[in-house]
Amino acid sequence: MKYKFIQIIGFISLFLSCDHSKQLIKINTNNVSVNADLASNEAINAYIEPYKTHVESAMNTVLSYAPKMHSKNNGQYNTALGNMMADAVMELSNPVFKSRTGENLDMVLLNHGGIRSILPKGDVTNKTAFGIMPFENSVVVTALKGSVVLEMATYLKDFGKAHPISGLEIVLNADLTFQSILINGQKIEPSKTYYVATNDYLYKGGDRMDFLKKSDTLYDLNYKIRNVLIDYFTKYDTINPTKDQRFIKLKN
Amino acid sequence: MKRRNFIQKTAASTALLSIGGLGLSSFSNPKASKITILHTNDVHSHIEPFGPNDGDNANKGGVARRATLIENVRNENPNTLLLDAGDIFQGTPYFNFFGGEVEFKLMSMLKYDVATIGNHDFDNGIEGLYKQLPHANFDFVSANYDFSNTIMDTHVKPYKLFNKGGVKIGVFGLGIELLGLVNKEAFKETEYLDPIEIAQDMSRILKEDEQCDLIICISHLGYAYKNEPNKISDLKLAKATKNIDLIIGGHTHTFLNKPTVETNSDGKKVLVNQVGCYGLYVGKIDFYFDEHSKQASFDEGPLIV
Repeated sequence: MKYKFIQIIGFISLFLSCDHSKQLIKINTNNVSVNADLASNEAINAYIEPYKTHVESAMNTVLSYAPKMHSKNNGQYNTALGNMMADAVMELSNPVFKSRTGENLDMVLLNHGGIRSILPKGDVTNKTAFGIMPFENSVVVTALKGSVVLEMATYLKDFGKAHPISGLEIVLNADLTFQSILINGQKIEPSKTYYVATNDYLYKGGDRMDFLKKSDTLYDLNYKIRNVLIDYFTKYDTINPTKDQRFIKLKN
Repeated sequence: MKRRNFIQKTAASTALLSIGGLGLSSFSNPKASKITILHTNDVHSHIEPFGPNDGDNANKGGVARRATLIENVRNENPNTLLLDAGDIFQGTPYFNFFGGEVEFKLMSMLKYDVATIGNHDFDNGIEGLYKQLPHANFDFVSANYDFSNTIMDTHVKPYKLFNKGGVKIGVFGLGIELLGLVNKEAFKETEYLDPIEIAQDMSRILKEDEQCDLIICISHLGYAYKNEPNKISDLKLAKATKNIDLIIGGHTHTFLNKPTVETNSDGKKVLVNQVGCYGLYVGKIDFYFDEHSKQASFDEGPLIV
């Protein structure tokens, strides 16, 4: 009798244990680095090879010509290369912004550190654009009050290197006070809204441009800065930017 | 509770002894099963390894090396799944010149099992994504993108089921809100549905209807948003849902040394993992299942090593 009872329990237990659902008992976690310690799979490399060759040759496709070399360090408050980048963003992203919002961009602000190489003298290629802008950052537009743009002017004055700007004009006196701060040739009105194109890196806090976030409105144009450059180089057969009067310090 | 489990186990083992030969041989999968999950996210068209001058990423990544890593893991455990959490596209000239063909073909060669869709996968428009589908020998899952009124209709499933070594695995996908992130002209009539509601539906279907042993969400929602407390993220999703064992994330390019352990709405553990970006890392998680432990006490959840 007792034996039989145990047998019944046994069968029930057996039945329960054979339930198809399983019990998770242990988890082992390990995120693995992909590095040079791993051999390359040769079949994969062989597959990639012809594409790589094509990419390399396409990167060397000539888009335009630069009569001379430009560096981001040729100028204290504005540089030819920085002006080109900011003007290219203004010229090519304004139609995108206008088609979405009906509004026009008032100004562009990029960062000195975001220019990653010189513009070499000679042929301008896709590779030139990838060199100047290897990152994936894209154009975003933030709506800032004039009072915030004035904060930005102080930031630009104090920074010491030329952040690329377009649309904004700043004249400093010899004693580093402001002679004038203009947008579209007009004095900035503190309560007016200005549309400022920048890149998502700066908007998200890069270079501590905290003033860019003093807005509830952000438009992501989904237009990469590098693609702006490629489109700009494609549009113009000669790239010869100049240093100008957009941000200067008076001598006396 | 513990005591009752002990008595039950004792009874069961006594019974097994008493019926001799029948014992363990009647089980189809007598041993504990190990399931390995490998995953990537935000690879962003990084085909070749980074060069020696690429700063923090120097000499890291590369699909050919990733292939070796994956092959090694599969040789060790054939019960392996390989998943991707989106943003396969955009980031190197390979995408600019070939539109994603190289990425999908390589993922097929690496035998990816399933992927979800990230915002950058719409960068050549929804047509650009659709055009590359013939190059992908793996499926896409997304439960909260309704593609009914788009060219992608019927090409993306909400979830996919796998049976590996007798363990039933359900994998569903979640995508980020596209409005404000991607040009409307690119994503067209793709409808974004509430990720939490959808995840609750999915986990119920996978647990109750499909009787899955392991439920995985591949998400492109992003790990967490410190400055936007109301924005849905993987950490929030983990807390607000139940029955999900693992959330594999993307979008925020968050590199975790090991998965974050969250507590779900049932008080149970859920893992949230993400491995940065650009194929610099592969996430690897081993799940161990026991056939006989239905009556054992694992109420406190699995041991996480």
